[in-house]
Amino acid sequence: MTGEAKLPLWEVFIRARNGLAHKHVGSLHAADAKMALQAARDVYTRRGEGLSIWLVPSTAIVASDPDEKGMLFEPAESKIYRHPTFYEVPDEVGHM
Amino acid sequence: MYTQALDAKDAAKPPADPEDLARERAFQARIDDEVRIEPNDWMPAAYRRTLIRQISQHAHSEVVGMLPEGNWITRAPTLRRKAILLAKVQDEGGHGLYLYAAAETLNISREELVDQLLSGAAKYSSIFNYPTLSWADIGAIGWLVDGAAIMNQIPLCRCSYGPYARAMIRICKEESFHQRQGYEIMLTLARGTAEQRAMAQDALNRWWWPSLMMFGPPDAESSHSDQSTRWRIKRFSNDELRQKFVDATVPQGHFLGLAFPDPALQFDDAAGHWRFGPIDWVEFKNVVAGNGPCNRDRIRQRREAHEEGRWVREAALAHAAKRAARAAAPAAAAAE
Repeated sequence: MTGEAKLPLWEVFIRARNGLAHKHVGSLHAADAKMALQAARDVYTRRGEGLSIWLVPSTAIVASDPDEKGMLFEPAESKIYRHPTFYEVPDEVGHM
Repeated sequence: MYTQALDAKDAAKPPADPEDLARERAFQARIDDEVRIEPNDWMPAAYRRTLIRQISQHAHSEVVGMLPEGNWITRAPTLRRKAILLAKVQDEGGHGLYLYAAAETLNISREELVDQLLSGAAKYSSIFNYPTLSWADIGAIGWLVDGAAIMNQIPLCRCSYGPYARAMIRICKEESFHQRQGYEIMLTLARGTAEQRAMAQDALNRWWWPSLMMFGPPDAESSHSDQSTRWRIKRFSNDELRQKFVDATVPQGHFLGLAFPDPALQFDDAAGHWRFGPIDWVEFKNVVAGNGPCNRDRIRQRREAHEEGRWVREAALAHAAKRAARAAAPAAAAAE
């Protein structure tokens, strides 16, 4: 129990079917990439949830800081002219 | 399961400074707006502690829950039943893993969580301290224990903590198979010989009351629920969920032609609910305190499994280190 070396943590991403992006589904502990892949298959695809698995060491993920959420994302909120619905097109013009 | 953890007392918190109070107010406002809390967001220390306790108890329950069912894998009556039971026990292991992973996002390591289970510091659901004496118990566990678990778990899919809610969504999808396969076992026995019907009845007699206890103490005694409700970890009270379970389950039992071991059980026409007799809370407290029929056995088996797996974990890490060293060696040589 105590004093035992820790198994590294991996993040698991699964592509449900061709045409879709890989999506984060969870994480697991495994000694190396090969064992992580086998464990991901057993833990996260018992019912045909996917056709492809990506594994990333959790330590390799760079994440934004939630405290900087305002600084990072608020500038986009005021720029409503970036959305197509900002512009008026007369009905007579039809679908655009 | 497994919301029994919510009823444990938390240590009294020291008086907070004004800055913390402001953050707590902002935090509560987010919860009230149904905004999910994610791992790196600020959260009150007590919210973190409550979640670690509940999610880890839930994870431990899944893992310990493999033992009473695993007991029947080698003696399942047919190959079909054996394959199903293996798949179910494998699911329970998977549920434990999803939940440990969710708990770890709160800054506690897997090793600490496992230590807490093996040392007896952490609890798991009282239900798994009862023995599985006959094959019918596998049916009763699926039908009643997993049925009670589903009642508890569906509201947890909307829990305020994102990783827990996401784990619960996966778990609930899989639990539905567990309950239906259990009911199918009961149905097969109920339609079988007199001896098989007696087995089914005996299993219901032994599992009914412990299943009702899974929802935890009556609302009047579970003072801790209020805070968990404010934090939207818990959305229904113990008694509400217990009543929902009884209302859903009693007609299913009658369809099987079985009798519930409760002479007071009767339908309240005015309220539209099945009313049940008093629950033996002394037995519940005893089992939670470690004096159920199988408490010591369950922990002994988990400790043995952990110790016997130690060499595998060590070998896997040694192998990974060796492979990494070998991969680095030619690169180092080329760099010279």
